[in-house]
Amino acid sequence: MKKVFLFLTMVISLAANAQDKYLTRNAKVHFDATTSTSLEKMEGVNNQVISIFNTQTGQYEFSMQMQSFEFEKALMKDHFNENYVETTKFPKAVFKGAIQDVAKVNFAKDGKYAVVVKGTMDMHGVKKEISANGTLTISGGKVIASSTFKLLLSDFNVEVPKLVSDKIAKEATITVDAAYNKM
Amino acid sequence: MNRYKLNKYLLLFVLLVLSSSSAFAQDDLLGSLGEEKAPREYTRNAFKSTRVITAQSMEQLSKGVLDFRILHRFGRVNSGAYEAYGFDQAVMRMALDYGITDRLTLGIGRSSNKKEIDGFIKYRPIWQSNDGWPLSVVITSGFVKDGMKWADPSRENYYSSRFSFFHQVLIGRKFSDAFSLQLMPTLVHRNLVLTEEDKNDIISIGVGTRLKLTNRLAITAEYFRHITDLPTGYYDPLSIGFDIETGGHVFQLHFTNSLGMNERSYLVGTEGQWSKGDIHFGFNISRVFTISKPKEFRKKKE
Repeated sequence: MKKVFLFLTMVISLAANAQDKYLTRNAKVHFDATTSTSLEKMEGVNNQVISIFNTQTGQYEFSMQMQSFEFEKALMKDHFNENYVETTKFPKAVFKGAIQDVAKVNFAKDGKYAVVVKGTMDMHGVKKEISANGTLTISGGKVIASSTFKLLLSDFNVEVPKLVSDKIAKEATITVDAAYNKM
Repeated sequence: MNRYKLNKYLLLFVLLVLSSSSAFAQDDLLGSLGEEKAPREYTRNAFKSTRVITAQSMEQLSKGVLDFRILHRFGRVNSGAYEAYGFDQAVMRMALDYGITDRLTLGIGRSSNKKEIDGFIKYRPIWQSNDGWPLSVVITSGFVKDGMKWADPSRENYYSSRFSFFHQVLIGRKFSDAFSLQLMPTLVHRNLVLTEEDKNDIISIGVGTRLKLTNRLAITAEYFRHITDLPTGYYDPLSIGFDIETGGHVFQLHFTNSLGMNERSYLVGTEGQWSKGDIHFGFNISRVFTISKPKEFRKKKE
């Protein structure tokens, strides 16, 4: 009886741990910095973003390799890595923050919630506090997160030369789509 | 089991559950996944263009990219004011290169000098990467066909006499974002040579380098040293230039003692000498077009 009880205790406590966290290794982050005057779409997409969050604390983190961004034209990728985000110097972008009102989300039941995520974006050697509105959709044990927000390139020391300022906007629209599984 | 003992286990149960969830609360979530392995990254942009100046660089076109190249070499800068220091004369080469894959490029070109048509195939068996080879090896082979009328139509002329061939190995490394260096052992074979003393096969070894000054401006240089004797009156080509990049264009401006813009003409047909001031100003313009897009971008977004 004693041993069974102890065993049960441990199993339950371990299970409680695992259920706290949701993970994906192929979240999609898309950015668009096209100006209205540009003939070319200045957009890139990264389908290999790692993201993890904790349902108990609301802790929410992203990590992406800058060189995994794909572009319509090979030259855009070269320029993105070499001239704009300087991938060899700053290979990764990391976001660490929290879902502000995680308590209102019931992860056990299907539903849709509007949430606010706040935290620190660390990109191109600059750390900056950002905030984004998004939705969490709970469906059959999976959590789907989506969000759209804007980042000023100058906030992250990404310079746009005058010569291409009619093509590349000062502000990029970031779209995040992530489908998480229980860890 | 008495009541006291049961309570003790209950307490333990509650404590364990609480501690287990709270223990993770302050954790570094990403850190808990272990060290993230950086994906393999093949080195790109060792040179701004697929040519150092005139010679092939270790850089290749990306898959599905068409490169339209317009090359000019003006007359000698020591030709005096009457010739506008060379600007009154120009030879040119127009060319199309296409990236079949990221490792394989095909190209054709036409030079006004000797009315030559040239073609090449360029393959990269070894590609420098962050966790693999420390250098790249590129092999290129091609032909140059002379288009001039026969010098002596009365003798028996063979069509094959118009052809020269070249084989080149580029061994290069991008040492840093700013500095790249490559060695270029080269063999040029001419089917027909002018005199009996001239060798059909000319072996030379070249060196090419790129030093970036800013993200969009770089200094380049290339030099070939012959190993087998060059024909009399011909010299080793040396070129020094700038690469300027603006969007989809690369402008290469340079000074060179060579008028030729294909492998036969610059390796075996360089008549100028730097020491005498036989220097040509020249430029290459490269404009790339994306013919085939990566699959993520092929379908129009809804």
